[in-house]
Amino acid sequence: MTVKFTKDHEWAKLDNGTAIIGITHYAQNALGDIVYVELPEVGKKVGQGKEAAVVESVKAASDVYAPLSGEVVEVNTALKNDPSLINSSPQDKGWFFKLKVANSNEFNALMDDAAYKKHTGE
Amino acid sequence: MTDDALRRTTLHDWHISASAKMVPFAGYDMPVQYKDGIIAEHHHTRNEAGLFDVSHMGQIILHGQEAWKRLAAHVPSDVMGLKPGRMRYTTLLNDWGGVIDDLMMVRPDAGNDLWVVVNASRKEVDLALLRKNMPGDKAEVPARDLIALQGPKAAKVLRQYCPQSAELSFMYATFTGIGNIPVMLMRSGYTGEDGFEISVETKRTLDLVALLSKSPEVKPVGLGARDTLRLEAGLCLYGHELNEKITPVEANLNWIISRQRLSEGEFSGASILEAEMLNMPERLRVGIAVDGRAPAREGAEIRNAEGRPIGIVTSGSFSPTLNKPIAMGYVEHGYSEPDTQLQLIVRGHPIPAHVAPLPFVAHRYARKMAA
Repeated sequence: MTVKFTKDHEWAKLDNGTAIIGITHYAQNALGDIVYVELPEVGKKVGQGKEAAVVESVKAASDVYAPLSGEVVEVNTALKNDPSLINSSPQDKGWFFKLKVANSNEFNALMDDAAYKKHTGE
Repeated sequence: MTDDALRRTTLHDWHISASAKMVPFAGYDMPVQYKDGIIAEHHHTRNEAGLFDVSHMGQIILHGQEAWKRLAAHVPSDVMGLKPGRMRYTTLLNDWGGVIDDLMMVRPDAGNDLWVVVNASRKEVDLALLRKNMPGDKAEVPARDLIALQGPKAAKVLRQYCPQSAELSFMYATFTGIGNIPVMLMRSGYTGEDGFEISVETKRTLDLVALLSKSPEVKPVGLGARDTLRLEAGLCLYGHELNEKITPVEANLNWIISRQRLSEGEFSGASILEAEMLNMPERLRVGIAVDGRAPAREGAEIRNAEGRPIGIVTSGSFSPTLNKPIAMGYVEHGYSEPDTQLQLIVRGHPIPAHVAPLPFVAHRYARKMAA
């Protein structure tokens, strides 16, 4: 499974037409301790680059944008009780939601690992 | 402003070497957190001892009675009667009773100097006021830094290097030494915990911090946790709970107002404060407990249970001690009683909340016991 990234520090992992979405290690580190997350409702249709979730650190709220267009088919309910999973496991247990992807070309156009590393200056 | 234009405290490089995340604050490049993060630093202060660089704050020494009187003309507390070794929290007021700044005034000994500790963002304004129609040298800005050591282990740590610190009670101050470092030591702070604020000459700041850091109980704590600690302690932050359009009566700081000074009426805004104390002000600062997990931030509208706008949130964050969101704000008169049901508007949606007594987390000051 390939993981791709956005310039706004979301990641997307595509498998058989469904993408898992989250925020990157770089993003969680910049945000600091995460204390709350607002997830989209299952069934919601989101457009690429549009606000899809909100993540709140101790200091402030930040929008999370949908890296791809599609329909939300599942959300990570574990984040409701333990939003710190986003800090401890941003690219695994701290995933946000799953999208039934409308257009896989959008996925192919996202940054690959090397391009994202360059983007974050690593 | 670019980062290059930000001012740096003496400890700037020390923060960087301690893996601080630096952010602009009141014109300074300051540590918002270190590598453990805001929540861990917050708990460390509540359980052990947190070391805070608060050198961005202003220190002003008023030399002589004329300079003290200049301050007294703008504060509602007893300035001239401050006893040697005592300190007091008060506010600097404009002619309408609005708060120009909140500050500590400190009389470390029986001499003619009154020390004033003010907010970083307000020090130029304060200084201009204190120097108005006065020779500038009567209000001196010394080359000193301010270090806070806060938490239940602070007293144990400091006693090793400064036996005299054990004799100091909350809101008392003295000149003393920590090791061989001369300091003006205050038993005070802004976290709700026991602790000290230490005024030290800039040339000895690094020595002081190195000495205090030797104790395993001591860890550096950034401004992020300083904010969550003071919010849990129900303490006002200038620019949030206080500004030039808010009076100390509205801010629920009546305890700083001297009845004698109010009756004499010889400070800015005295008649306005007196009227507000008689008739109740139109709005009051309250603590707000948020029901649910979503934090309400500064600027969120407060509505009554029926949905009518009645106020605004001035500070909102997450309480690491209570593990839930908390806030402070101003509500119309009539909605300030604890348990009054409120709604806070977060991202366009009302979330339930209620008025909570302040502080959210009990203060643990080392108060002098009544004889």
